[in-house]
Amino acid sequence: MEPADEILEEEDEALEIPADPMRLNMGPSHPAMHGTIRMVLDLDGETVMNVDVQPGYLHRGFEKSCERGTWAQVFPYADRLNYVSPMLNNVGFALAVEKLLDVKVPDRAQYYRVILGELSRICDHFTCNGASAMELGAFTPFLWLLKVRDWIWDILEKETGARMTHSFGRIGGMAAPPTEGFKDDVRAIIPEIRKVVGEAESLLLGNRIFLDRTQGVGKLPKERALALGVTGPVLRSTGVAYDVRKDHPYLVYDRFDFDIPVGTDGDNWDRFMVRMEEVRQSMRIIEQALEQMPDEGPVSVDDPRIMLPEKREVYTTIEATIAHFKLVMEGLKPPKGAVYSFTEGGNGELGFYIVSDGSGTPYRVRVRPPCWFNLQATREMLMGDMIADIIPTFGSINMIGGECDR
Amino acid sequence: MSKKVITRLQKELGDVILETASFRGDEEVVVAPKHWVSVATFLRDDPELSMDHFTDLTAVDWPEREMQGEPRFDVLLLVRSLDKKHRIRVKTYVKDGEKLPTLTTVWPGANWAEREVWDMFGIAFEGHKDLRRILLYEEFEGFPLRKDYPIDRVQPLVEYRDVDDTLKLPPFGIEEGQPFARIDWEARLAGRDEQVSPAIGLQVGQRRALSDSEVAEAQAEELAAARAGES
Repeated sequence: MEPADEILEEEDEALEIPADPMRLNMGPSHPAMHGTIRMVLDLDGETVMNVDVQPGYLHRGFEKSCERGTWAQVFPYADRLNYVSPMLNNVGFALAVEKLLDVKVPDRAQYYRVILGELSRICDHFTCNGASAMELGAFTPFLWLLKVRDWIWDILEKETGARMTHSFGRIGGMAAPPTEGFKDDVRAIIPEIRKVVGEAESLLLGNRIFLDRTQGVGKLPKERALALGVTGPVLRSTGVAYDVRKDHPYLVYDRFDFDIPVGTDGDNWDRFMVRMEEVRQSMRIIEQALEQMPDEGPVSVDDPRIMLPEKREVYTTIEATIAHFKLVMEGLKPPKGAVYSFTEGGNGELGFYIVSDGSGTPYRVRVRPPCWFNLQATREMLMGDMIADIIPTFGSINMIGGECDR
Repeated sequence: MSKKVITRLQKELGDVILETASFRGDEEVVVAPKHWVSVATFLRDDPELSMDHFTDLTAVDWPEREMQGEPRFDVLLLVRSLDKKHRIRVKTYVKDGEKLPTLTTVWPGANWAEREVWDMFGIAFEGHKDLRRILLYEEFEGFPLRKDYPIDRVQPLVEYRDVDDTLKLPPFGIEEGQPFARIDWEARLAGRDEQVSPAIGLQVGQRRALSDSEVAEAQAEELAAARAGES
């Protein structure tokens, strides 16, 4: 076989090395990706020169579907937005309609919502961090963290009847009061979760592969993050201490003492650490909420125009039967107007912009999905990184298809 | 959100702010489409407002307004300030087919939001460098979040391979099965007072389709007059 330089001398055009970037399709069904998403990459060797992120493979017409039923019928859809922490979506939508109606739920329901919501947030963060670690080859932390998710799901199942899509929120309260052993159940798992956080961290934080794959990878500057509309752990990892629970307190979050963890570089490592620390802060909130939560009292507003009457009443009195029928068939009728209500979801600011025309059907329900804007910023995180960095970066965004594509 | 944003805007921009509204603690200002970008730039650059955190951009369809010769769409911009912690909602009215200047030059975060508004409502943004459909596919016909797009409309199949009998596969036609939407928008826009409920089917005149609107009032008066004539 002839040496390469001789071939080059003989035939100048025969061995022309292509100078154009290579175009590569990643997804929409990639084994290491959390959701169905397509990325069209322009590669120079292994370096990402350009990337076009294409969401929409899980679009189910959430906003259109909301416009066909009653306000209460939105809850099952809201569950399926961020299916990793459905309780946060449920409560977020309930708060939006309550803002439109200008009602405030009783104290007990507020604490109940906070505790269930924070448990869901722990689920959400653990799922994200566990999956991110698993994609980098560390399978044990994934199992460790999902173990916790199962404990939390056991509690949620006991409270709501469903492990995942609870549909437990109601406009004006919760579907049922806490069960008898609720506080003890939650108190029992808190020290266990603390232990697992420590164990998972000790498995990962000294791991050379994990450090190399996350530190300094997928950086996002603070100013760009703000202008791109990034919120949640992804924004906090860049050093911005914006948390809806702290900046615009809703429910009873102003009564708790908790910190907002922030990162410095906005890389994968910071996002991972921010989520881990937020789990600790969530546990602090839960502990304080358990202390403050009253054991007696209603969990929904006492207003027959909003809440369904008791089942026993429905079967025995004509007034309750009529009220039940009107609420189910026509739906409750909020006043005309539009409000934007926002809460801290698992991935950031989960906003509902709802418009009512005074009838029993929502005129427009716009969800401001935190993932949507976080995913938009992914392009800037990935540019200039290696192709192998896409997986940990994309994992740390925690894009949830149901919420992003709606 | 806070009132001082409205006060500041009215003081600095004067007539550019057409209307202001405050409902349940949400502040809203209305501007004309020609001032859309300048107001946004002012919101971002003014040191007292410094709206550096882009929140959302969306639209609402009001097809009934079009019949009265008014612009059909509301386009809404939601922004907040990181330091000042205040928020504002800026609204503008856009006619069907009219283009709105893009805000991607002010906040890059408007990029996907504007693409989504184009995808769902068909409102084009002038100067947007990459106005493609984002959630749906290129061959999709119509704009689904418009009220006159029926929720059960079946899209034509996109040809990608030769398979016999694709027509026998679901999704089935709209006339098969029970109605899917509570409000028959086609009937409503045609001025008919029909209501469709998934559970009880078609009702006529049971519940006013246009709650509190002039059309509904006129219909109620008509009905009362007819009844008086009968008796």
